[in-house]
Amino acid sequence: MNRSEARRVVPLGESAVVVHLGGTVSEDLHHKVQALTRRMEANPFQGFVECVPAFTTVTVFYDPFELDLPLHETGRFDYVRSLLETYMADIQEMPDAEPVVIDIPVCYGGGFGPDLEEVASINNLAIEDVVRIHSAQTYLVYAVGFAPGFPYLGGLDERIAAPRKQSPRLAIPAGSVGIAGTQTGIYPVETPGGWQIIGRTPLPLFRPDQDPPALLRGGEYIRFRQINAAEYERIKGAQS
Amino acid sequence: MSITVIKPGLMATIQDLGRSGYGKYGIIVSGPMDRFAHRTANWLVGNGEGDALIEVTWSGMSVHMEREMWVALTGGDFSPQLDGVPVPMWRPVFVRRGSTLTFTGPKSGCRTYLAVAGGIDVPEVLGSRSTYIRAGIGGMKGRALRKGDIIPVGTGKGRLRHPSPRGTQPFDAVRWAVPASERPAYHEHPCIRIVRGPQFGDFDEGSQLALLQHDFRITPQSDRMGYRLEGPRLQLHRPQEYISEGVTIGTVQVPSDGLPIVLMADRQTLGGYPKIAQVAGADLPVLAQTRPGSTLRFKEIGQTEAEQLWMEQGIRLRQLARMIALKLKEDGWLDRMD
Repeated sequence: MNRSEARRVVPLGESAVVVHLGGTVSEDLHHKVQALTRRMEANPFQGFVECVPAFTTVTVFYDPFELDLPLHETGRFDYVRSLLETYMADIQEMPDAEPVVIDIPVCYGGGFGPDLEEVASINNLAIEDVVRIHSAQTYLVYAVGFAPGFPYLGGLDERIAAPRKQSPRLAIPAGSVGIAGTQTGIYPVETPGGWQIIGRTPLPLFRPDQDPPALLRGGEYIRFRQINAAEYERIKGAQS
Repeated sequence: MSITVIKPGLMATIQDLGRSGYGKYGIIVSGPMDRFAHRTANWLVGNGEGDALIEVTWSGMSVHMEREMWVALTGGDFSPQLDGVPVPMWRPVFVRRGSTLTFTGPKSGCRTYLAVAGGIDVPEVLGSRSTYIRAGIGGMKGRALRKGDIIPVGTGKGRLRHPSPRGTQPFDAVRWAVPASERPAYHEHPCIRIVRGPQFGDFDEGSQLALLQHDFRITPQSDRMGYRLEGPRLQLHRPQEYISEGVTIGTVQVPSDGLPIVLMADRQTLGGYPKIAQVAGADLPVLAQTRPGSTLRFKEIGQTEAEQLWMEQGIRLRQLARMIALKLKEDGWLDRMD
């Protein structure tokens, strides 16, 4: 095990630490990330505020004034690190819950996916092949970030990879499903962006009036399912 | 029962102490840039430290007070006036109904905090009233304030008694203020203390030295999301990719162009650039009040010292809250203390 693969806890200011569980992105390591997050949320230490899990790390926020600091302990970081060692003991690479697979209906191409043809021609594929390959896989949500509810997904099939647009669009509608390099993702809110847009889902990924406010969370899996425009409108209508 | 925006100025948003607990959904904390000034402004009008107020960026804002109320202004000084009469800052001020508050010119700092007794009463979204523009939630309809906005002021919660009989001036100010010695040392060219970040060692020696020995200028592209700095370009020993991970306010990231960015109140939840440093929390209020165009210098301290400074500042703030409540009680404006 080289140094970068080792577990580390490093300070992030006076109110947070970053727990590194390993140095390489993998589904196995990410299960540990999620297991540690669940363990801390289920049994928080005094002063715990929140966990922000990512690919290989969990960032733990706390209120340094609320810590139950032992008298002899001077450094708050050292104290929190010692707490985390306990949480990290016997964290397994196996998911400790049944993996959740969430169905994401997508209307591919047309006005919803203006770049579908380009992605097909870049890869010398028929449009139907791009859709088939994109919707054949399950994708792990490695993290939610960048925008509210935006999932960082793993595992795009390289046969449908495509470079970003040369000039980004000023406004990509919420729900747009895109490809950038070997990544695929879904825009939860309208935003400028350079991804190749191949379709759109009628499901809201960011829903501030609900708790949890995001459809997806780290550690879940998603699968895209092709729908037609009529189904898109029907699901969209059912949301509002 | 409200405040009407006549002119929003450069940018003004409604903020409370932020939206925590939703970072794992990609929802940012938001909140005030200068938490010291935010909390103090609230205490001065008898509010809880987490009540919502208006963060005013730069000069040029003008608002109309639709009723009489206690207000307090803290943070940067943009020469505030009520109906043309200069208003003292860092103290409770009782404002007459129908008076107009204007900010007539920047004197110092970058952001003023306008707190009103009872707090700004916009709906809470996900447990906070802070404005999150990108998500379109919180504050005034999820956006910065605009001309014509009618900002609701909380009615039930105001704890300060109103003066009687009422005077004829546009306002009455108390005779005391938060002493300058108790406020952050705002400075045009501050020295900002930092702790080495986890990737400090990935930068070449020249860059490590440059970070601590050169001036950095805050560029005009700086905003609530981050302060973009201009100075010597900071280079890695060898280029490499980093895996995105959690960041926080004060994290100093260096993108591939070598120019550091200090993440501020509207930072994203995750960042993928190497972190060369972390600004000491105790110095964030000073940094938040340093203007674009100004230069700053970094000074390295250790993690333990940063923690001590942070705890000391927290304790001083609690003492300040106590002192303010005592003064308000002595003056007869406050009946009870918490």
